[in-house]
Amino acid sequence: MKILVTAKRVEDPESKIKVKADGSGIVQEGLKYKINPFDEIAVEEGLRLAAKHGGEVVVVSIGAKEVQEQLRHALAMGATKAVWVNHAGPLDPMSAAALLKGVIEREKPDLAILGKQSIDDDQNQTGQYLAEWLGWSQATFASKVESLESDAEKAKTPAVQVAADGKSAQVVREVDNGLTTLTVKLPAIVTTDLRLNLPRYASLPGIMKAKSKPIDELTAAALGVDATPQVEVVKLSAPPPRKAGVKVGDVQELFTKLKNEAKVI
Amino acid sequence: MSTVLIVAESQPDGHLRKATLHAVAAGKDLAQKTGASLHLAVLGENPSALAEQLKPYGAAVIHTVASPAFTHYLAESYAPAVAALASSIGADFVGAAATAQGRDLVPRVAARLKAAMASDVLAFSGSGSDLIWRRPMWAGSVIADVKLKTPVKAFTVRTTEFSAAAPGGSAAEVKAFQPPADVASSPTQFVSFNEVKSARPELTEASIVVSGGRGTKGDFKEIEALADELGAAVGASRAVCDAGWVPNDLQVGQTGKVVAPKLYIAAGISGAIQHLAGMKGSKVIVAINKDPEAPIFQVADYGIVADLFKVLPELRAAIHGSKS
Repeated sequence: MKILVTAKRVEDPESKIKVKADGSGIVQEGLKYKINPFDEIAVEEGLRLAAKHGGEVVVVSIGAKEVQEQLRHALAMGATKAVWVNHAGPLDPMSAAALLKGVIEREKPDLAILGKQSIDDDQNQTGQYLAEWLGWSQATFASKVESLESDAEKAKTPAVQVAADGKSAQVVREVDNGLTTLTVKLPAIVTTDLRLNLPRYASLPGIMKAKSKPIDELTAAALGVDATPQVEVVKLSAPPPRKAGVKVGDVQELFTKLKNEAKVI
Repeated sequence: MSTVLIVAESQPDGHLRKATLHAVAAGKDLAQKTGASLHLAVLGENPSALAEQLKPYGAAVIHTVASPAFTHYLAESYAPAVAALASSIGADFVGAAATAQGRDLVPRVAARLKAAMASDVLAFSGSGSDLIWRRPMWAGSVIADVKLKTPVKAFTVRTTEFSAAAPGGSAAEVKAFQPPADVASSPTQFVSFNEVKSARPELTEASIVVSGGRGTKGDFKEIEALADELGAAVGASRAVCDAGWVPNDLQVGQTGKVVAPKLYIAAGISGAIQHLAGMKGSKVIVAINKDPEAPIFQVADYGIVADLFKVLPELRAAIHGSKS
């Protein structure tokens, strides 16, 4: 089966994000960049499905030439080939979905797996726009019943269960009060939640092999897509800080403060 | 006159989800700022009881949309109905609470309406073409003011930022809307729902939350005992859910539940930025951690550097003693 996965380039989630004094953007000096963690989970799930059912994993990223780093990382994890949509300037979920739709119509995958959101704009929309515009099933926030410390996880079993005839798949989804299970018709869009899997590290041989794997280059114009964003970021600011708290010496003091000062118990 | 359409959400048992009342409050605020009229959409196999329940909350019109296809929520059957309703009433704004359902559904509706969307909206300001949507980015490290440039605009709201709508005023008019035929041709089928049942209050609605982190080493007995003494909900950090020590739906954080209770007690939680994003709107934060350098202390009103297995039973005894 052919699986398409995404690899957005984002700031390292461990880095401290600061807003520029004029609110026009974030301070980029000293920041490291990575694959969006949810996309890394998507790459891993794609690799597990390809290992089980045979086939290939195509990884896509949109952006200027730096995104090739994230594509190479996914190739080093084991993806078969990469598609780079060479695009400068801002994107929003609609323009990302429009570009991905163009790529999907060329690549014709049986399944596309995306991170449920990227950890920069935190919108959580692209997969849903894409599914609707393709007229496909969507299974957002894909998860699994087994924990990340289970034997199934250690055996790198895919969580998405593709039917024997290859026409549908069963996906467990994380929702507000539990887990729900859907059967999606393939091809479909799956978006990943945190507990779908633990992504593998790229091995040294993997990194070596990735250097010779193909990266196809496309552009919005070649895909016939108008990628003008419709969400305009006007201004960024830092959230209001919490006022400094106090350390208490013992439980009795804590109890007294909660009861008499904060009056919350 | 322009129209704001808010999609209501029911629990699996058919009752109204409280999150909807927060979304209704946000819808009212948006309607007021844009001179619009507030409409609600209630979908279900038989949505009239839910519509009846929502009547006193200040909407002008409640649209009931009934279909056997709505027995279980599916984005592929709900989205065509909501989009058709939005078009038929000429809605300028379509939104819902940022619950799992709202996050799944609203972007699919937006796609049908070619609407740009703002997720997890914290506040609205300005009006007309200068309407600003305030929303968090980078796990709440940054607050963004954005404009949506499409004619129809879609959104989900962070429920902790809007107090639940209160009943009062004139009752809404209830109208039935006939959904389009394609709601019944979903390519996706519902299989099952494994609900995590708990006698404790729901995490996002509780006025007190007691949360445990890696410091519990998976032993939640003291967390639960204090929660029960306080009538509180139990929460957890991501590490604890990833390890399978507690159900996933207890996770507090940017990608889990966002909570803002009057008291949040974090026990054995270091305070990763993704966790702080989910609880730093709480009125009073207590941090219990053996590590004095843990980042959780930076947002705590009251911190205690000590072993949670010593602090929690003592605190519970003090609270219990003060009651009798």
